[in-house]
Amino acid sequence: MAKISTNSLNLWYADFHALKDVNISIEERRITAIIGPSGCGKSTLLRTFNRMNDLIDGVRIGGQILIDGRNAVEPGVDLVALRKKVGMVFQRPNPFPLSIYENIVFGEKVHAGKISRDKLDGIVEYSLKSVLLWDELKDKLRKSALSLSLEQKQRLCIARLIAVQPDIVLMDEPCSTLDPQATARIEELMRELKNNYTIIIVTHSMQQAARVSDDTGFMLLGELIEFGKTQDIFTAPKNKQTEDYITGRFG
Amino acid sequence: MRNTKRTQKIAFFLMLLATLLIVVPVGMIVVIIVQKGLPAINWQFLSDIPRQGMRTGGIFPAIIGTIYLVLGAIVFALPIGLLAVIYLSEYSRDNFLTRIIRLAIVNLSGVPSVVYGLFGLALFVVFFKFGASILSGSLTLGIMILPIIITTSREALESVPQSFREVSLSLGASKWQTIRHIVLPNAIPGILTGTILGLGRAAGETAPILFTVAAFYLPQLPKSIFDQAMALPYHLYVISTQVPNVDEKVRYGTALVLLVLVLFMNLVAIIIRYRFRKKKKW
Repeated sequence: MAKISTNSLNLWYADFHALKDVNISIEERRITAIIGPSGCGKSTLLRTFNRMNDLIDGVRIGGQILIDGRNAVEPGVDLVALRKKVGMVFQRPNPFPLSIYENIVFGEKVHAGKISRDKLDGIVEYSLKSVLLWDELKDKLRKSALSLSLEQKQRLCIARLIAVQPDIVLMDEPCSTLDPQATARIEELMRELKNNYTIIIVTHSMQQAARVSDDTGFMLLGELIEFGKTQDIFTAPKNKQTEDYITGRFG
Repeated sequence: MRNTKRTQKIAFFLMLLATLLIVVPVGMIVVIIVQKGLPAINWQFLSDIPRQGMRTGGIFPAIIGTIYLVLGAIVFALPIGLLAVIYLSEYSRDNFLTRIIRLAIVNLSGVPSVVYGLFGLALFVVFFKFGASILSGSLTLGIMILPIIITTSREALESVPQSFREVSLSLGASKWQTIRHIVLPNAIPGILTGTILGLGRAAGETAPILFTVAAFYLPQLPKSIFDQAMALPYHLYVISTQVPNVDEKVRYGTALVLLVLVLFMNLVAIIIRYRFRKKKKW
């Protein structure tokens, strides 16, 4: 069964119809890329999976989003539980102005209340090891997270997320502020992480989608135009618009 | 071409003049008050009760009275102001009701202080039967500084980047947890600054305490919040206009103490703001 599947998902920002009858089915422990030109609704789609769009006034959602078979958009959904399960990495690395340590244990502290120091230490070590930062940072866990490089910050944000033990990781253009080397390393990390997590990445860069993802969806003007194996999408797109986009004729 | 240059020069000169005009009175106030008041300042002046019809002795009860009033005002105004501001800027949506509330807050800050005094007299002294007391005076001052606390705290909350809230929520924190663990800690310096500025204002005002608490002459310290108290601004008014033959240096000495108290609070606010700005990097 699909990890996430949507049933004629529609979304409006007030009068603007941002998602139109989107039907997508995302498999577990794979990297799914969503590509498309600016304003096509790819970030909006991503943000429906953890209901972050709810923060915007005037949003209406129709249809279904089934996550492990349960509808995430029906009234009365436990948003806290949903967001623990479906974590998010943002475009700009955004650590809190706290120490590295405090950043990582933030989620755990909020969710578990009082927990032992040992357990927290364990979480910090595990999370930092998962993002390959442990060796670099293990001696300066008390330093401010704002003193890190951009790449380290983004890794830290991923570690902060891993500490909450999500099932699904949403990434909203996670490399758009990074240089090519850092981007390559984050992509490497994503391949590593897909052994344990289902990853959905929104990206501007077709090359990135081609490099890193297993499945790719192409969106245009709020519609999911084509969805399939990344290899198929990039080598033999079925849709004319997909072909035009990936060959660089617009976008 | 030369003409534009000259016009520009004249304009800049006028602006400089205007700027100097602002600085001059401030400097002169400080210089005159320090010059005339400093000779009066000694330990007895700061620690003794007024004697001989307030012509000699000290101003200790007035200093203590002012400190009580200021503390009372803060105990009342800070919790209410903070809760209101969290509601307004984090929870409430923009609708007719909240716009009315915001308008009311703006207007509250424009009310003349003597009107607060009359209001405090009618509500606290007479209606609630608190009498002329520290309680009535503190509540009146508290209401007067509410808009200052609300306005500055709101700015402080709004200066916390939206992305912090988003991340926190995306990690599964509830709205209240986000406010408690992320928004408030980052807004505290701003809130503190506003609070202290409000305190400075409360310490210096005469009109609101005139009918609600201030005693003309009270040679002992207040024993409870239902007692009357002396207060520096009112004491200054009294010895300047109501009591004949008060030595000039006593008057200026009192003014100096009040000025130092208020400036000190403003200075603390400035230091907090400055240190916070240096630390803030996002």
